Amino acid sequence: MKITTPLTDEVIEQLHAGDAVEITGTIYVGRDAAHKRMVVALDAGEELPFDPQGQIIYYMGPSPARPGRPIGSAGPTTSYRMDPYTPRMLGVGLKGMIGKGNRSPEVREALKKHKAVYFAATGGAAALIAASIKEAEVIAYEDLGAEALRKLRVEDFPAIVVNDMYGGDVYEQGKGKYASMQVGK
Amino acid sequence: MREINCQEITDTVARLCIEANYYLGEDVLDALRSAREKEVSPVGQAVLDQIIQNAEIAAYRELPLCQDTGLTVVFLELGQEVHILGGDLYAAINEGVRRGYREGYLRKSVVDKPFSARVNTKDNTPAVIHTDIVPGDKLKITVAPKGGGSENMSYLKMFSPAAGKQGIVDWVVECVDKSEANPCPPIIVGVGIGGTIDQTTLLAKKALLRPAGQPNPDPEVAEMEVEILERVNRLGIGPQGLGGRITALAVHVETFPCHIASMPAAVNIQCHSARHKEAVL
Repeated sequence: MKITTPLTDEVIEQLHAGDAVEITGTIYVGRDAAHKRMVVALDAGEELPFDPQGQIIYYMGPSPARPGRPIGSAGPTTSYRMDPYTPRMLGVGLKGMIGKGNRSPEVREALKKHKAVYFAATGGAAALIAASIKEAEVIAYEDLGAEALRKLRVEDFPAIVVNDMYGGDVYEQGKGKYASMQVGK
Repeated sequence: MREINCQEITDTVARLCIEANYYLGEDVLDALRSAREKEVSPVGQAVLDQIIQNAEIAAYRELPLCQDTGLTVVFLELGQEVHILGGDLYAAINEGVRRGYREGYLRKSVVDKPFSARVNTKDNTPAVIHTDIVPGDKLKITVAPKGGGSENMSYLKMFSPAAGKQGIVDWVVECVDKSEANPCPPIIVGVGIGGTIDQTTLLAKKALLRPAGQPNPDPEVAEMEVEILERVNRLGIGPQGLGGRITALAVHVETFPCHIASMPAAVNIQCHSARHKEAVL
């Protein structure tokens, strides 16, 4: 299914754990250090470097771009490290996150409460994913290097819905389906 | 006495950093292709296709396989008849890392002040260097960039000897189970058994350097590897944790004698981007 950003509630309502999506539009990039700074800014009553309403944050720190290319390799990082910051980000209007790996019960509850969705991209498929990134720019926290806050323009970025707004979880579903099966038989 | 110049060591390390990050080993590619044939989960098959295609794109476009180009772990086997000339051996290795990560457009992923300011060192140094002094007049250098996602899924346990083989096998399977999708499955599971805590963790890491799926030469250990692999692949985690039969490509166990009171064991998980390249000077 093809979706475009910013995400509306109507789109979020249609997404279910396990759905493969292709995302087109603007997405933002931030990981550990950028999240820490954003939440410090929110706690201080300051505005974020971008308007989070309806937006997606991609947990990623790219490798440096070669001259003439928008970005280097650009696969997802493990998401649980952003869990402590996520309910706060969803509370100010963020609608989607892309990463890899399981989220905390608090994050999954917050997804239901705020009508938002968590996607996974294939970890380690960073050269393949880079092909869907057409433009990239650093918009804040440049001193963090690979961890700076970025804005990307993506076309048909491949992802899978992990946690939907209904409490669905593709990791639980997938594991339940294939547990105890023999290999190569 | 054979002489090796630091400049040659720096040049070699720089080259190995780039090659390890761009070109997936044939052993790992073979293991991935074999996994693709065995995997029955459609989403698992699609993920394995992406991973194999990613390796082709990375090599062709000279891009890192993964944006996480790792903390650079360097293993040296230094012949005792070698004399290093022209500087400090470890400084030469770090200079190679600095150059390789700059010239190869590799990500700088190392921070100093680990529990406070976490300041990026901006050149991916310092490397973690392990040196074995061995007979002979050669220097073998292995560069193994290790990503943070899989390294975070590491475990250590000081077993009572009474726990026996079964205790360790059950625990390793449990470690993989609780790691779930986080270390980027399909994984390679490195296990160290014996020694002291420092030795057992090093064994677990060194186990990851073996060609993917090559059994331990000791039949008893090889049998344990097979048993763990079969059980891990019944967990259902599958490629990227999305469900499937192939959670691990291989299990490698290394052992070392230990104290009469002890049975330490360590697990170090390697993501599917199992990168290491070596050279002998």
